Amino acid sequence: METLWFIIVAVMVTAYVLLDGFDIGAGIVQLLLGRTADERRLIIKTIGPVWDGNEVWLLAAGGTLYFAFPLLYASSFSGFYLPLIMVLWLLMLRGVGIEFRTHLESPLWRHFFDVIFSISSLLLAIFFGAALGNVIRGVPMNGSGYFFEPLWTNFRVQPQAGILDWYTVMAGVVALFALASHGALYVATKTEGTLNLHARQMASHAWWGLLVLTPLSLIATIYVRPQMLANYKAFPLGYVIPLLVFGSLALMAVFRARGEDRKAFMSSCAYIAGMLVGAAYGIYPYVLPASTDPSYSLTIYNTAAGQHGLRVGLVWWVPGMALAFAYFQYLYRQFRGKVRLDEGGGGSTEY
Amino acid sequence: MNALLVDRLQFAFTVTFHYLFPQLTMGLAPLIVVLKTLAIRTGDERYNQSARFWAKIFGINFAIGVVTGIPMEFQFGTNWAHFSRFAGGVIGQTLAMEGVFAFFLESAFLGLFLFGEKRLSKWGHWTTALLVALGSWISGFFIVATDAWMQHPVGYFTAQDGSVQLQSFWDLVLNQWAWWQYAHNMSGAMITGSFAVAALGAFYLLSRKHEEHGRIFVRTGVVAGIIFSCLQLFPTGDFQGRQIAASQPPTLAGMEGLFHTEKGAPLVILGQPDPVQQKLDNPLQVPRMLSFLTYRWWKAEVKGLDAFPRDQWPDNIPLLYYSYHIMVGLGTIFIAIMLLSALLLWRQKLMQARWMLWILMVSFPLPYIANTAGWITAEVGRQPWIVYGLMRTAQGFSPMVSAGNGWFTMIGFMGMYTLLSLLFLFLVSREIDRGPEYDIERPAAPLVAGAAGRR
Repeated sequence: METLWFIIVAVMVTAYVLLDGFDIGAGIVQLLLGRTADERRLIIKTIGPVWDGNEVWLLAAGGTLYFAFPLLYASSFSGFYLPLIMVLWLLMLRGVGIEFRTHLESPLWRHFFDVIFSISSLLLAIFFGAALGNVIRGVPMNGSGYFFEPLWTNFRVQPQAGILDWYTVMAGVVALFALASHGALYVATKTEGTLNLHARQMASHAWWGLLVLTPLSLIATIYVRPQMLANYKAFPLGYVIPLLVFGSLALMAVFRARGEDRKAFMSSCAYIAGMLVGAAYGIYPYVLPASTDPSYSLTIYNTAAGQHGLRVGLVWWVPGMALAFAYFQYLYRQFRGKVRLDEGGGGSTEY
Repeated sequence: MNALLVDRLQFAFTVTFHYLFPQLTMGLAPLIVVLKTLAIRTGDERYNQSARFWAKIFGINFAIGVVTGIPMEFQFGTNWAHFSRFAGGVIGQTLAMEGVFAFFLESAFLGLFLFGEKRLSKWGHWTTALLVALGSWISGFFIVATDAWMQHPVGYFTAQDGSVQLQSFWDLVLNQWAWWQYAHNMSGAMITGSFAVAALGAFYLLSRKHEEHGRIFVRTGVVAGIIFSCLQLFPTGDFQGRQIAASQPPTLAGMEGLFHTEKGAPLVILGQPDPVQQKLDNPLQVPRMLSFLTYRWWKAEVKGLDAFPRDQWPDNIPLLYYSYHIMVGLGTIFIAIMLLSALLLWRQKLMQARWMLWILMVSFPLPYIANTAGWITAEVGRQPWIVYGLMRTAQGFSPMVSAGNGWFTMIGFMGMYTLLSLLFLFLVSREIDRGPEYDIERPAAPLVAGAAGRR
């Protein structure tokens, strides 16, 4: 039952990263890619109606985590106190940036909110990457299941590490490149003409970064936490996952070069999902390893809620998510196709 | 100052600020559905313009409600780790259900509702308005159900490690406390929505702008306002009060400023509680009324604070007393204002009665104050418990987060929310200034060459 909820939470987090990832990615590349005010507006229009729904996956994943593994939620949220609250501020700035930019037709106003939106998207990507890095590296847990990490100490990977050390910073940079490429490919699927070409070029730049960073990050992960290989050694079927990662990385370049934007975007989804699933596969059944005493580590077993609660949860979770899936299907169908400047709904506040 | 106090202040500040926005969105959403229904049934375009106008105000409110709402869920973990560890096995259910059942629904259809009117048929668009309203009301339910469990824990058992775990799902969601609190809360949100709509209508009529829309707003606001102002008192407020009397008697005593147990206890209208001397200064009271309201019997005994040990008393009696009295006092004023307005509306004199329109216009902040005061009553009244009778607030906070780090984030939230408030006021006053006919007056958006042909 715990394993099932571990998979569910992992799937929800992956869905969040894939979905909100492309609108965060679009935000990262927005200022570089959008050379005119109209182009920047078009980029916003590609994500306008869907970004809020994408972000809900974070809340739903967070709620599910809270419900299934209360101690993990309590321990990690209070331990990562400062970066998490900063993530909140960035999420706020980002929401304000995209929602309020259209309320005034002044170019200054719009440019200001574009910059806010873009910078907060960029920092969010780095924070999320660093967060995953922290989970993999382990945290200075005490015997009662709590810890507190300062933002940084001396940037070395050590038992009493800060949020930022060379490993977690690298994870942040990987996330930045992965989401920038993801976002650029998404923008390419939704646009035409020069913007579409520029988006492909941008994705190509980010792709070279990924080509270098992906193997580096795998090596660094094994160096920082050799135990990540334990599950792979015990169940060698898991080696399919890194193959998937590199395969989809290659496909991303092939499809992009052929101009098949949708397929390139799907490859990017597979790449990101592969990276996350690979990490989850390696870390299971741990959910927050301790860098102090390994016996203080949090696992799915010592953090899970009561068995009855977990069973009951399954009864509402399945139909609830089926409904959510149906809404999203409908939403994306309504806004399918390329975006143009002249279309939109009623009202002066359209994106 | 210690970490516990900072954690409490930060939660109080962020939740109070947050709830200024959902109370309007939850109160406005059903009114927008009503306006859209009227538009379809009468074919009168002004109802559509009115609905579109309020949808814009709704959109701005909703955006701030969402971004200020995320910190609430996060703070359970960041600042209240012990509480989450203790109670997550039970309230995780309702919080996760809010995400799965409400947030997805709201967020998926909000975009279609705000920007998709031209893509959808009129009933299709009406449906998106209804689904957004439904989503916001479902969201409200799961949050109130979570709070209700903290007020009146049911359906749980204590596990070996000392945490509480779910025993009965149905006890949790059918918690009687939750349903009365929910009814009272949603009626309160409807009052905020009704007063806002009526006040803006009155403003347009008084300033002789957009008068046809102003009349629609005033009529809609007053009709909804009279219904929900009455429901707020009875049955929802009445039952809510009797639940407190039954399950949290020290809270009731604190709310009423009743220091000593009395038979035939009076209802205090005004007066200043003095917790040190344990008496009420300058009391203005209705004899025996409290006994009657609580137990439906004039001579019933109502327990005063002296009937309970000190460590069970709410830790801030004056704040509890005042917030409760402000809520009840304002609730009474709402009934008076809405009764008078409804009477004038029925006699077809309201639109000419400038004095009444003035009252409606200036009273729009009052429901915000009343709703806030009501929540302060509930949350301060629950003290010293974070989960009533099971866990004290002083046991619930995060042990590893220092007061210094707490202040850092608290100041950050204060700065961020100041900016959000300015932005909100600026954007809303702009929309009010533009008025409901803005879209027809405005020339079509400039087209970009070559983009005219659609596939």
